Amino acid sequence: MRQARSGNQDGRNTPEESEPIVIVAKINNELKIVSLDDGAARLGLVEDMPLATARAMHPALCIVERDAEADARTLNAIADWCDRFTPLVALDGGSGLFLDISGCAHLFGGEACLMQAICRPLARQGFAVSAGIAGTAVAARALAQSAHGRIVPPGQEADAVINLPVATLGVDSSVVTALRRAGLRSIGDVASRSRGEITARFGADFTEVLRQALGQSDAPISPRQPLPDYVAEQRFADPVATSDVILRTLRKLAEVLVGAMERHGKGARQLTASFFRTDGAMRLIAIEAGQAVTDAAVAERLFVERIDALADPLDPGFGFDLIRLAAVQTVAVTSAQYGFDTRAHEAADVAAFVDRLSARLGSRRIIHYQPHDTHIPERAELAVPAQHGLSTMAWPQRIAAEPPRRPLRLLLTPERIDVTAQFPHGPPAMFKWRQLARRIVRTEGPERIAMEWWRWQEQVPEDGDDEFEELHPPQGRRDAVIDGERLTRDYFRAEDGDGLRYWIYREGIYLREVPAFRWFMHGLFA
Amino acid sequence: MDGARTVKLAALRGAVARLEKPDGGQLEPRVGLGHHAADASLQGGLARGALHEVFAPQEAQNAAATGFTLGLVRRVTANARYVLWIRPDVSAWRTGELAMSGCVELGLDPRRIIIVRAANADMALRAAADGLACNVFGVVVTELWGATRSFDTVASRKLTLAAQTSGVTGLMLRLATSPSVSTAETRWIVRAAHSPPGLVWSPWGMPVFDAELVRNRHGPTGRWIMHWNCDDHLFQPQQFSAEPAGQPAHSQPVVSPSANRPHQAGGFATGAVRQPRRQKYA
Repeated sequence: MRQARSGNQDGRNTPEESEPIVIVAKINNELKIVSLDDGAARLGLVEDMPLATARAMHPALCIVERDAEADARTLNAIADWCDRFTPLVALDGGSGLFLDISGCAHLFGGEACLMQAICRPLARQGFAVSAGIAGTAVAARALAQSAHGRIVPPGQEADAVINLPVATLGVDSSVVTALRRAGLRSIGDVASRSRGEITARFGADFTEVLRQALGQSDAPISPRQPLPDYVAEQRFADPVATSDVILRTLRKLAEVLVGAMERHGKGARQLTASFFRTDGAMRLIAIEAGQAVTDAAVAERLFVERIDALADPLDPGFGFDLIRLAAVQTVAVTSAQYGFDTRAHEAADVAAFVDRLSARLGSRRIIHYQPHDTHIPERAELAVPAQHGLSTMAWPQRIAAEPPRRPLRLLLTPERIDVTAQFPHGPPAMFKWRQLARRIVRTEGPERIAMEWWRWQEQVPEDGDDEFEELHPPQGRRDAVIDGERLTRDYFRAEDGDGLRYWIYREGIYLREVPAFRWFMHGLFA
Repeated sequence: MDGARTVKLAALRGAVARLEKPDGGQLEPRVGLGHHAADASLQGGLARGALHEVFAPQEAQNAAATGFTLGLVRRVTANARYVLWIRPDVSAWRTGELAMSGCVELGLDPRRIIIVRAANADMALRAAADGLACNVFGVVVTELWGATRSFDTVASRKLTLAAQTSGVTGLMLRLATSPSVSTAETRWIVRAAHSPPGLVWSPWGMPVFDAELVRNRHGPTGRWIMHWNCDDHLFQPQQFSAEPAGQPAHSQPVVSPSANRPHQAGGFATGAVRQPRRQKYA
């Protein structure tokens, strides 16, 4: 495996005549230089120097406060841009990137050409870039930090890094200081000591880093994006900007992708399309499908829906020069043959429709309800995105020849009503809901629904075994108890003078749980 | 090719065409509601592949209109096909979500219901157009709240055409608003009606609607008291508990009435409709 690392400093190269720039940040309540340009370095300033000292040495300094967020954004944008060279791009600290270029370099005419293709556009934009290619990530980082443009052939990492200072290993600064105090200045010095000594003093992690720097061991980088299962991409010599061409390209890529997946009996659950603009910006559009996509036309239609519904439209700028389609998540599919009867694949049709609508509106807006085994009315039905599959769980049956016992419309939250009852724990005779008084003609009830006391967690100080608790958390642990959550409810069906039917309840048991009732409107019957 | 083979081929082609027709070639173009007087006005029942509107004239009547719509859905799909129910957020905030337990009580299987939570009327109408455009669902229900400007004659014409092409029945549930111009096949104004009079402890609370047919493209209009039978899934003329006082009162018949029972004269069946008191709703 070959690793390339490009580092770039936060500052931009500035013309010679302007005053030197230092970037400062508050560290331990003291302004310190975190980064500086060539002009400032020539004046003898170094990183980690207090700003007060620097000012005393050179009063005419251009001081910029560090904006870590903007730095991270810039680095991420560069990483997005680097996605066009390899799908495996990882962030390294605040100013470095790892690119795993195994098997990619020949596409760009070799490792040297690839390094140039990456560094030159960045340098042209004013970034100070330093890159190195080596067999392991740690070795590549050490090379890039010492000098720009070194390429180490496979197996010669040890020779390349032995003369580099230990600071280029990218380990903790306390370790670097300790090594320097011990007289071990270069990586070669450290490597010449016995491993046992180094491990005893600096820990096994450091030894592992050292081994990686010398090319004796390797660890994979952790890429920013998950590695897609299948990728198809199209490069354009001339940037494309019209939506017509873009959609046709997507269609073509989808066909390639689906063809590749079909050979392995796979279908895509999640597809991402990356649009690389000529000016370096990258836009990622993802679609999800409840039903695995095995047809290019379906993929195209989902993307059309998604692109149509984007809040900020796909902006081609000066055009896209690379469009990539990737199947991020795939599942095994079995191809089925349907008969002539159109009803046979109705469920599949519904799933396809749900996918299409979800691509446009978002999956949380297309809902299917699942029964939930509880007596509490508002929790008895679980709304789940229909994309996650239609439930086949049976709902509790109604009691035949009885009038409906549950309302047709359930209010999102029960609403307080003022009720007049003939006696405190009697049925309601009149109530006022939404500023309108209604006289009740008929009532039926109460239907008592007790809250789920077995889910409550008593507020007793815990003196159990913490580790055991962590492994076996009590079922249904609740953090906060909402007002009224524990009170028994007595539900009444009521019909008023106009024939409107309501579902109202009172909270608590009179004089046992509450001194006075509170009444709520919870639903409406047809 | 000889004559017999040509005839056979034509017959097979016809069979394939029937199978490939939107509704499988088995469904009647109209579905009876069960209420004979209303079915007579509708020339046999509610037309499939058309747009129908149900209005709740005041906010208080929303649940009644929902129940009536649900009855129509149950009649049209017979729990055999999927239902797309689209509602804008405002209707959930004001009158609550459609409750699945309530659907079960009225006889509709929640496993067949897919709900679209649209943010506004525009999103709801676009989803409705999508649902009506393809032959996936048996019924597409679209709730609209108040006098919405986005549902004009152009929008309703679009939905009507989509419904005609695909054969999917479109139901517009217009909450808290009064009728306006549209291209719907039928238009209903639905209010809740009283439960039939009976003894205090007799069961009550079956859905009873005061349904007014104010537009019917192919027949007369009318106004009926309709009673939704939750067990047989039929609209029926309202029944009285005929038992004299003192007898054990069962307002529900012990044996469920069948759909093709001869029409019962009397009661509220045809002419005598109680006019519910109109109410202002804040």
